[in-house]
Amino acid sequence: MALTYGAAPPDLSAFLDRREDGRESLELLVPDARCAGCLSKIERTLLGLPGVAGARLNLSQKRLHVDFTPGRHDAGRVVAVLAGLGYRATPYDPRRAREAGEREGRRLILALAVAGFGVMNTMMFSVPIWAGLFGQELGPATRTLMMWFSGIVGGPCAIFAGLPFFRSAWRSLRAGRANMDVPISIGVILTLAISFSETVLRGRDAYFDAAVSLLFLLLIGRWLEHGLRARASTAAADLLALQAPTATVLTEAGELAARPLEDIRPADVLLVRPGERIPVDGRVLDGASELDNSLITGETAPAAVQAGVPCRAGALNLSGVLRLVATARSEDSAVAAIARLVEAGAQSKSRYVRLADRAAGVYVPVVHALALLTFAGGWILGLGPREALIRAVAVLIVTCPCALGLAVPAVQITASARLFRRGVLVKSGAALERLAEVDHVVFDKTGVLTVGRPRLVDPVPSIIAMVAPLARASRHPLAQALAEAAPAGALASEVTEHAGLGVEGVIDGRRARLGRAAFLGIASTSEETELWFGFDGDIRVRLRFADEVRPDAVAAIAALKARGLSVEMLSGDLEGPVRRVAEAVGITQWRAGCSPQDKAAVIDALMAADHRPLMVGDGLNDAGAMARAHAAMAPGTALEASQNAADLLFSGICLGPVVEAVDVARSARRRALENFGLAAAYNLLAAPAAMLGLVNPFVAAIAMSGSSLVVTLNALRTGARPWTW
Amino acid sequence: MDLVMFLAPISLGLGLLALGAFWWSLKAGQYDDPIGDAERILMDDPEDRPT
Repeated sequence: MALTYGAAPPDLSAFLDRREDGRESLELLVPDARCAGCLSKIERTLLGLPGVAGARLNLSQKRLHVDFTPGRHDAGRVVAVLAGLGYRATPYDPRRAREAGEREGRRLILALAVAGFGVMNTMMFSVPIWAGLFGQELGPATRTLMMWFSGIVGGPCAIFAGLPFFRSAWRSLRAGRANMDVPISIGVILTLAISFSETVLRGRDAYFDAAVSLLFLLLIGRWLEHGLRARASTAAADLLALQAPTATVLTEAGELAARPLEDIRPADVLLVRPGERIPVDGRVLDGASELDNSLITGETAPAAVQAGVPCRAGALNLSGVLRLVATARSEDSAVAAIARLVEAGAQSKSRYVRLADRAAGVYVPVVHALALLTFAGGWILGLGPREALIRAVAVLIVTCPCALGLAVPAVQITASARLFRRGVLVKSGAALERLAEVDHVVFDKTGVLTVGRPRLVDPVPSIIAMVAPLARASRHPLAQALAEAAPAGALASEVTEHAGLGVEGVIDGRRARLGRAAFLGIASTSEETELWFGFDGDIRVRLRFADEVRPDAVAAIAALKARGLSVEMLSGDLEGPVRRVAEAVGITQWRAGCSPQDKAAVIDALMAADHRPLMVGDGLNDAGAMARAHAAMAPGTALEASQNAADLLFSGICLGPVVEAVDVARSARRRALENFGLAAAYNLLAAPAAMLGLVNPFVAAIAMSGSSLVVTLNALRTGARPWTW
Repeated sequence: MDLVMFLAPISLGLGLLALGAFWWSLKAGQYDDPIGDAERILMDDPEDRPT
């Protein structure tokens, strides 16, 4: 077959973003760009290319935006030029951009800015009023004037800054539920109403400043939380973009074209080069190769395929170029069946009630009952309705939920930032809360406990030296593992690669073969991953490979056990390799040959027995179990479905981040509970004081910001080394 | 008293100006790439700078 690869620049037309005026642009992810030097080198070189109208690199997000002049685009050339400069560039699908999230972020920051303006300027008028409370000279007319000023500035600011809360409260009320935003909205609206009526009636107390600063503090918490989610989803999207979700289609005219996965129809002819994944379910038309199914089934031994053999989406093509005919669309492929398992599990996760909402469930009835009691009791005891209402509102203000609103987001943002620096990506705050409750850890084998890369078992240096010249010439992962085991050296000559079989060449004048047993004319029945090597009609050597266990797996498993977690391994691989890995890392509870459904069933059984399992997996066969588990983690190399099902992603070759994540999550939970304790203690003091009428606007302002400050400072301790006294 | 009526609007106006400036900077995309903007200062000749 005359198909070659590597020579032509990649076809990236599938990623071009076409605007109405005919101009086209391309978004690329350039992860290695770091400094001003990279910036100017990349932008200047690209601007020098014909057809490029503009190039701008965003160094914060590592995104490169390239504009082409109308009618002329050569996206593949841009990537090739970047590769020539030494930068890896991956097309970034703008359709994945989360514009809705960005719009919400903008709205939040504007609300925050308006609230900040409101706080500062209302305080300007509040200071004279407070001074009046402490016997400074302030006539009633001046006080009323100050209250008017305060209301004119603070009222509109509070209404604008409160909009995100009012909207959310309204949505949740219409759905028949009450979230944290309902008491916040009630509190703010009541406070504003009472303050206005007091101002009109020339009364003594107005709480405009309290209403705005309450919103300001709450918006900080809200904005932190939004930032955490936005950063996590951006980073997750970047990881997925690196897996470039396109397929190469062989058109009827015989040309190669890149297409997005969703545009692939059954009967399309696809080309899959070595090192690429099978994009959709299909049948091999011609070509011979081996497929690595480890991300789908967990099996490590490659499976040989030739014409007529069906293959499944997600399998990695190892050695030869394959031509496939698609038999299913992307969403109907084997992946989709697993995606449905994931969806079912995700629903059970959404039933999880977050810490803050649990706290709100206690807080809301108590505080509102207290306020009502203050109003009714005050009126009955002869305070008059107006004074009773002011006191009731004072109760609502001083017991403000801002400490509650900050208690959890502040802790989670600190925890996520710490984990982020150690290579762990937290996808949501709820994920951290669930991770803290975990009591059982279920590991997948391939790619999780192991690196997912084969390594030579029992290496003999003399044999490696003999095989290495031929191994260096092959692109097959097993051969590359062999080559890595040998020091640099000579290359075999007259090398021909027989796709799906092995490689043949001449070493020191002798013809040699390296490949499957059948390639050397041997009948092997071994279930292990193996390669055979032999000189023409002479020596035959068997080389055994095993998947390498992650370097710190033993220590990580021991550390998890030391933290009171039980550890289990579920693998889709054969019993032999599973047993070996289990013994190597010290796991006593394991099962081999699990189907995706088996794994999900094990997790379901654990959940039913009131366990809180953490599932760590990377393959499609784990995705269902991960979605059902109480919490889920995946390495950054995992497939899209698994990354979507995971709550946390970790990068690097070590398993240590799993232990670290559990530690930080537990620490975050402790800090959050402490914060609730602090908020409760503060409310125990403040609420009775407000009921007795001891709280004036000045005390309210001090108490409120004081409690928020204490809670935030406590949050900063999250994940730090425990304090020693 | 007259002084208050005079100074209060001025200070409010200044505050609004700051708010407007922030709103403008947000709209103008000044927070889109803080790292890149910091590095761009170091690029040698301004007339060559890509636009």
